Amino acid sequence: MARITAGVGSSHVPLLGVAADQGKTQDAYFKPIFDGYEWTKQWEREQKPDVIILVYNDHASAFDMKIVPTFAIGTGERYKPADEGWGPRQVPDVEGHPDLAWHIAQSLILDEFDMTIINEMDVDHGLTVPLTMMFGAPEAWPAKIIPLAVNVVTYPVPSGNRCWALGEAIARAVASFPEDLNVQIWGTGGMSHQLQGPRAGLINPEWDNMFLDGLVGTSDALRRIPHVEYIRETGSEGIEMVMWLIMRGALGHETRSIHRHYHVPCSNTAIGHIVLEPVA
Amino acid sequence: MTHIKDIHAYLAEFDDIPGTRVYTAARARKGYHINQFAMSLMKAENRARFKADERAYLDEWPIDDAGKAALLARDYNLLLDLGGNVYFLSKLFSTDGLSFAEAVSTMTDKTFPEYQAMMNAGGRSPEGNRSIKGKY
Repeated sequence: MARITAGVGSSHVPLLGVAADQGKTQDAYFKPIFDGYEWTKQWEREQKPDVIILVYNDHASAFDMKIVPTFAIGTGERYKPADEGWGPRQVPDVEGHPDLAWHIAQSLILDEFDMTIINEMDVDHGLTVPLTMMFGAPEAWPAKIIPLAVNVVTYPVPSGNRCWALGEAIARAVASFPEDLNVQIWGTGGMSHQLQGPRAGLINPEWDNMFLDGLVGTSDALRRIPHVEYIRETGSEGIEMVMWLIMRGALGHETRSIHRHYHVPCSNTAIGHIVLEPVA
Repeated sequence: MTHIKDIHAYLAEFDDIPGTRVYTAARARKGYHINQFAMSLMKAENRARFKADERAYLDEWPIDDAGKAALLARDYNLLLDLGGNVYFLSKLFSTDGLSFAEAVSTMTDKTFPEYQAMMNAGGRSPEGNRSIKGKY
């Protein structure tokens, strides 16, 4: 049977993709950020996940305001890096896993999560930057990817509680897939940042670290944080952290942290990264 | 568990956050054409036509005069008030050759070098920036 073996949380700042693509990861500004992912790169080489369910948000790349899906799952064979205004990133295409993706999509709908299904789309930095941070620059990505796009732009975005519950339902769906697959789930975005208005540049390390602490162990207190608290404490774009709760919800009752990294700043943003294992 | 019982109270709380325009449905509706205009700049041929004659390109869109003036002036705080969203407006940043951080800095009280210095020193503190009414 397929099983979820680990969860990864990570920021997905576009500038990190630029730094990696231009060979600047050892520059003084970027080195402390990339160094915090070295442990994870080695760990991923050992883990060899077959499939990654990659929770992220699209930044006006594949979706515009014509259609705003709250939760959307990619069931396609292949996705190309999006052109975000400077030409597409020169990184490998992302290969999907349509069998597992369709299994999850069907299971979620029967489990009363009414997913939007996407067969074709391009994927932007929200999805490709985490791949770069965890896998470096291989000729092909070493795992199949199931994109799970969340609306965290147009309000109301889904509640933290709903995100956590979706993660729980994803875990049930994966557990009923007959093929023996090593599946990871990644939650991306955040941590504190605000990209708009006179308050832009807000960073809150205390709150971010409280959130990282809350992902570990048996507490489910994070699922009850209201939207307004994310915005007040971590900036308008800090709301992306609700996507990490899909990852946490999928890991079950208890987790342990096996790696953690936090750094300020990267461009406008606080970088956070954590690797979690479910405790059976 | 976290069920929102009163949508009006839920939305009203967002107006208590200093220096922030939460992209609510009301803003999304108001700024629909501004955002879709910005999205059109993802295509190279549209960027070229816009750069050649900004006003003429804007006149192809059902955006009112205030919106067109704010776009021509790159007045991003005003554009947020008119329902623009930063991820869409960022297509205009890149058309102008501005980095995200530089464009963001124009919405603050800081020059771009001052903004960069603030970020390198740990960013803007949440102290006093959380609530207009509560002043904390």
